[in-house]
Amino acid sequence: MPRQKLIATESDVSVEVETEDNAETADRGLEEESSEVVACHKTARRGHGRSASKVKEKKPQEVQARRSKVKEKRKVLRDQCKEEDGQNEDVPKRSNNHRNKRTKTEQRGDFKRKTKDEGDEERSNISPQEGGTELRVKIKTKGAKKLKKREEKVETSRALSRFSSESEELSEEESEEQKEVLTQEELEILKEAVEEKKKLIANLRAKPWPMKKKLITLRESQEFVEKYEGALGKGKGRKFYAYKVLMVKKWMKFQRDFENFKTACIPWEMKIKEIESHFGSSVASYFIFLRWMYGMNMILFGLTFGLVMVPEALMGRPYGSVPRKTVPRSEQASAMDFAVLWDFGGYAQYSVLFYGYYSDQRAVGWLKFRMPLSYFLVGVGTVAYSYMVVIRTMARNANRDGGGDDTSFNFSWKMFTSWDYLIGNPETADNKFASITTNFKESIVEEQESHKDENIHLTWFLRVLANFLVLCCLAGSGYLIYFVVRRSQKFALEGLENYGWWERNEVNMVMSLLGMFCPMLFDVISSLENYHPRIALQWQLGRIFALFLGNLYTFIIALMDEINLKRKEEEVVKYNMTIWEASLYNGTAADNATTAPVDPADVPRGPCWETMVGQEFVRLIVSDTMTTYITLLIGDFLRAVFVRFFNYCWCWDLEYGFPSYSEFDVSGNVLGLIFNQGMIWMGAFYAPCLPALNVLRLHVSMYLQCWAVMCCNVPQERVFKASGSNNFYMAMLLVILFLSTLPAIYTIVSVPPSFDCGPFSGKNRMYDVIQETLQSDFPAWFGKVFNYASNPGLVLPFILVMVLAIYYLQSTSKTYKAANLDLKKKLQTQNEENKKKNKKAALKAEAELEEARNAAVSKQERNVCSQQSRMETRTFCEGVPPPGDV
Amino acid sequence: MGNKQTIFTDEQLDAYQDCTFFTRKEILRLHGRYHELAPHLVPMDYTNNPDVKLPSALIVNMPELKENPFRNRIVESFSEDGLGNLSFNDFVDMFSVLSETAPKELKAIYAFKIYDFNTDNFICKEDLEKTLNKLTREELTPEEVNLVCEKAIEETDMDGDNKLSYDDFENMISRAPDFLR
Repeated sequence: MPRQKLIATESDVSVEVETEDNAETADRGLEEESSEVVACHKTARRGHGRSASKVKEKKPQEVQARRSKVKEKRKVLRDQCKEEDGQNEDVPKRSNNHRNKRTKTEQRGDFKRKTKDEGDEERSNISPQEGGTELRVKIKTKGAKKLKKREEKVETSRALSRFSSESEELSEEESEEQKEVLTQEELEILKEAVEEKKKLIANLRAKPWPMKKKLITLRESQEFVEKYEGALGKGKGRKFYAYKVLMVKKWMKFQRDFENFKTACIPWEMKIKEIESHFGSSVASYFIFLRWMYGMNMILFGLTFGLVMVPEALMGRPYGSVPRKTVPRSEQASAMDFAVLWDFGGYAQYSVLFYGYYSDQRAVGWLKFRMPLSYFLVGVGTVAYSYMVVIRTMARNANRDGGGDDTSFNFSWKMFTSWDYLIGNPETADNKFASITTNFKESIVEEQESHKDENIHLTWFLRVLANFLVLCCLAGSGYLIYFVVRRSQKFALEGLENYGWWERNEVNMVMSLLGMFCPMLFDVISSLENYHPRIALQWQLGRIFALFLGNLYTFIIALMDEINLKRKEEEVVKYNMTIWEASLYNGTAADNATTAPVDPADVPRGPCWETMVGQEFVRLIVSDTMTTYITLLIGDFLRAVFVRFFNYCWCWDLEYGFPSYSEFDVSGNVLGLIFNQGMIWMGAFYAPCLPALNVLRLHVSMYLQCWAVMCCNVPQERVFKASGSNNFYMAMLLVILFLSTLPAIYTIVSVPPSFDCGPFSGKNRMYDVIQETLQSDFPAWFGKVFNYASNPGLVLPFILVMVLAIYYLQSTSKTYKAANLDLKKKLQTQNEENKKKNKKAALKAEAELEEARNAAVSKQERNVCSQQSRMETRTFCEGVPPPGDV
Repeated sequence: MGNKQTIFTDEQLDAYQDCTFFTRKEILRLHGRYHELAPHLVPMDYTNNPDVKLPSALIVNMPELKENPFRNRIVESFSEDGLGNLSFNDFVDMFSVLSETAPKELKAIYAFKIYDFNTDNFICKEDLEKTLNKLTREELTPEEVNLVCEKAIEETDMDGDNKLSYDDFENMISRAPDFLR
C-alpha cells in the first residue's frame, strides 16, 4: 500500500513542484545540503574504495529525485500527518515504537527496491547504491519536514551512512538509534505543525472559504492537535506541557463564554438593528452614539453615587443636625410644596443632591471615609475619565477609517460603496436609490463642466449676507440670554414669590426656545448660500454649535456675575453672624451655659453660591429634557396622528403635501446630546446628582425616541451614511468637554468656597484639601517629596519637556505624512507609467495587427489561396487586445 | 429555541463559533431564521448535518436582502453551486461575512465576487454597467452610464487592461471612507 501511494505521488510530483510557495528556498537549502551530503558520501566511502567521480555522476539525478520527493513529502506531511500514523515514521509515539521500526525498515526496503528498479545503470554496484538509497530515504524523510535543521540532519545522515556502509545486519540497532534522533527533531517539527494548526483554527473565520471546507478543515486540524498535543514533551516536561495545554483550552473556553456573555449584555441591540434596517445607518448611528453616551454616564454616575452620595447619606451626620443640613425656618412652611421641589428648592436643596449639604468633617463614619478628599477627587476623576474615554474613542475611530482623503476614486467609490447594505425598508430603499441617482447625475455634470460659469459675485454676496445674518442671530440670542439672566437676578433679589411661573423659568425657557427656533432660522438662511448639501450640513452644524456654545457661555458669564454678588452677600452675612453669635452668647451666658442649643434651622446662613450654581444647572437640564420630550410629542407624534387621520377628509394630500410626516433630524439630535453632556460636565461638581439625572434622561430618551422614530418618522430624503462623520461628533464632544471643564476648573481654583456649606467650608481654596490630607494622613517625607515635586522649579521644566515631546511627535507625524504623500505620488506616477507602457504596447500591437491585416488583404488580393493567411491573422488577433480598448 | 440541544450539539456550536463571527445565541437565531424560511423543508434537528438546500428565491425575500439591489448576486456568490441555492452552512457563512465584525479584507474578497457578475474574476465594463443600473434603477441614460463606467475604470484600473482585477479593486476599496457596510 505505501509503496503504491508513494509511486503514484512521485510521478505527480514533478508537476506539483512548481506550485510550492517556497520552492526556491527549499531548493537552495537542498543544494547546500546535498553538497554536504556528497562530502559525507566521500568520507564514508573512502574506506571502501569507491570512486568519487561515480558519486558525482550520480548526484544530479539523486538530487533531482530527492528534491521532488522532499516536496511531495512536505505536502503529504502537511495534509496527512495523521493518516500516516501506522505506516510512516512521523509518529513519535513510544508505545508503538517497535512496530514503527518494523514498518520503517520495511518501507525503506520498498524504497530500495524501487530505486533499484529505477536506476538501471547503477545496478552493477549494488552495495554502495544501497547505502546511497538509504541515505536518500533518510534525507527525504527529514528534509521534507524541516530544511532549517540542516546541520542536525547532516549529522544524522553521517551517522546513518556510517551505519549502513559498515554492516547490513545492524539494521535493528540502526533504526533504534535513528528513532532517538528522529523523535528529537520530529518533536520540534510536530510542535511547529501543531502551532500552525492552532493558528489556522484561530484565523479560520477570516478565510474566504465556503463553510463546508472551513468545517472540515477545522475538524481535521482539531483532531490533529488533539492527537499530537499529548505526545509532545517528555518526562517531566511532558506533564507540564499537558497541563499547560489543558489550561489554555480552559482559558479559551472561558474567553468564548465571556465574549458571548458580553455581547448578550449590550443593551438595545435589537432595537437599534431594527431602526437600522428601517432608516439606514445614519439614524442608527445616532442611537449608537446615545448608547455610548449612556455607558459613559453610567460610569460617571457610579463614581459620584458610590464615592460621594452614598457615603455622605449613610455615614455623614443625619439631616437636621447642622445648619447646612437643615431647611431654614423661613422656608420650612413651603419646603415640601411640589412647586418648590420641582424647582429643586426646599428639601431637595438641603439634601445629598447638592454641594451645600456635604459636611466638612475630615473623616466620616466608622470607615473613616475621607469625605472632602473623596469629593474633590471624584470631581477631578469625572473630568479625567471623560477626557480619556473621548480621546480613546476618537483614536480608535481614526484608526478605522484609513485615510480616505484623496478623491482619486470618486466614481468607483460611488459605484461600489454607495449602497447601504443595512437598509431593509422599501421606502428607505426608494429614497436611497433616488439619492444615489442624483449623486451620480451631479458628479456627471461636475465632470462634464468642471468650471461652471455662474455669477460668482452674486454667490459671494449672498454667502456673505447669510453669514452676516447668522452672526446677527448669534449676537441677538447671546444678548437675549444675558438680558434674561440679569433680569432673573433682579427678580431673585426682590424675592421670587411675587412673580409668576414665567418669571421664574424665564432663563431656561428662553434658552430652550432659542435652541429650538434658531436652527430653523439658520436653515432658511442657508438656502441663500447655494452650497452642496453635504457642505451645507456642515455649515449648519457649525452654526448650531456656535449658537449653543454662545448661549452656554453667556449663561456662565451671567452665573459668574451672580457668584460675585453672592460672595458680597456672604461677607455681609459673615459680619452679621458674628454679631448674632455675640448676642446669642450674651443672651444665654447670663442664664446658664447648659440651655438647649439653638435649633439649626434658626442659625443665619450664607447664600452658598455653589448650591446655587448646581441648582441652575439641574434646572437647565430638566427644562431642556422637558422641551425635548414635548417637542417630540407635539412635533412628531401629534403631527403624525393629525396627518394620518385627517388625510381622509382634507382638501389636499397631507401625507405627501404640506405637513407630511417629520424626518428624524440626526445632526440636531446629536448636537442636543452633546450640549446636554457639556452641561453635565460643567455642573457635576456642584450638583452630584447630575450624572444620575442624565442617566435617567438618556434611558427615557432611548425608549421614547426609538418609539417615536419607528412610529411617526419617515426616512430622510437625503439618506447619507454616518460612519465617516462619527469622529466629527466626537471632535465636537471633545471641544465641548474642554470648554465646559474650563469654567468649572476656574471656579474650583480661583474662587474661595463658601464659609458655611459644602465639604470645603472653612478652607481658603478647594484644592487645599489635598494639602491637608498630605499633611495629616501621609508620613512627613511624602509631604516633603510632594512639596518638592510641586515646586515651580520642577513643574516648569516638566511642562517644558512635555511641550517639547508634543512638538517632536507632531513634527515626526508631519514628516511621516509627507513621506506618505510622497510614496503615494510615486505610486501614482508609476501607475501612470505602467498605463502608458501598456497603452504603447497596445498601440504597437494594434499597428502590427493593422499591418498584418493589410498584408492579409493584399495577400488576399494577390493570392487565391487566402484561406491559410486568414487563419493566421485570426490567431494573431487573439493574442492582441482588441483595438477598441485602446 | 428553548431546547438548544435538539438543534445543534455543543461541538457543532463550537465549530460554528470557530468558523464565523457569531456567538452561540446568534447561530441559534440564524437557524431559527433559516427554519422560518421553509418550515417544512428545514428540520429542527441539525445534529446529523442534514443535506438541505433552500432555493435562492426564498433567501432573497428575507427582509435583510429584499431591498438590496445586489441580492441575487450576494446569494449566488455564497452558494456552493453558484446558482443561489444555500445550505445552512452557506447561509451562516453569508451572514458571517456580512456581519459588522468581519474584517475588511474578507469583505473586500466577497464584494469583488458580488460585483463580478459574469464570474470571470475580473470586473469588466459590463459588470460595471450592470452594477450602475442596479444602483440607479436604470434611471441614467446609456451615455451617462457609459461615461461613469469609463471614469471608474480609468480611476481604478492600474495595469491598463481596461478591466478591474482583484488587486485593483482591493486597492480602491481599502481606501474608501465608507466601505464598512
